[in-house]
Amino acid sequence: MNGEKRVLVACGTSIATATVVAEKVKEIAKEAGISVRVAQCKAAEVRGRIETFNPHVIVATTPVPKDLGIPVFNGVPFLSGVGMDELKAQILEALGKA
Amino acid sequence: METVQNQVEVKQAWVREDLVIVPMQAESATDAIAQLGARLQAGGFVKDSWTQAAIEREKTFATGLPTPEIGVAIPHADVEHVLQQAIAVGVLEEAVEFGEMGSPDSTVPVRIVCALAVARSELLVKLLQQLVEMFQSPEILKQIAEARSPANIVRIFDHHIQIEEEVEG
Repeated sequence: MNGEKRVLVACGTSIATATVVAEKVKEIAKEAGISVRVAQCKAAEVRGRIETFNPHVIVATTPVPKDLGIPVFNGVPFLSGVGMDELKAQILEALGKA
Repeated sequence: METVQNQVEVKQAWVREDLVIVPMQAESATDAIAQLGARLQAGGFVKDSWTQAAIEREKTFATGLPTPEIGVAIPHADVEHVLQQAIAVGVLEEAVEFGEMGSPDSTVPVRIVCALAVARSELLVKLLQQLVEMFQSPEILKQIAEARSPANIVRIFDHHIQIEEEVEG
């Protein structure tokens, strides 16, 4: 689909936090009228998934390399609730620019 | 005891009184995980390997959440160390520092430690979604932090965590 933005969500080992964050990302994108495709992976798989999925934005609940050349956001506010509104705004802005 | 396998929806009791330590004293995150791991092990919910695995995992993938006012941590081990699902809960008198999830250089003062024993990752996702809703409420965190008995803690978690699982027999 034209204009579809790809978001890669990464977490530690269990994929659990990535799934929770992925749901939130889909929700806020939908609210903002942005079409997104979301993929999830473990932190160790991020580089490989960048090649295959070519994400516009990465949201991670665990540290990922900083030299990926793609905007990376810390997704923990989606879990803690603290700083969530700012994070939403930042992700939407990055998706808008992508 | 008999094992029932059928298609009905099962409502899980996640927290039991013998899995709650309140008030809890711990010297460190590792100590807190070990105390809760011992309860999970004594109750038959996890293998002997769980505690060490959770402690090691915590070092690589910290689970402290900078929740509103009262910090929470959700230490867990990978599914292969788990026998049966449960949550062990410790409410610390004095906070201990846990690494902050996603920010390896930061720590969070944690007073509520929820050690998660979940044997299937899909279930962990459902549990986490409900826990996250709970933890985003300063009111609920306060109720947990001020609870004075295991029975109170069990009641709070029972009220907020209701996962209807479709069991595929």
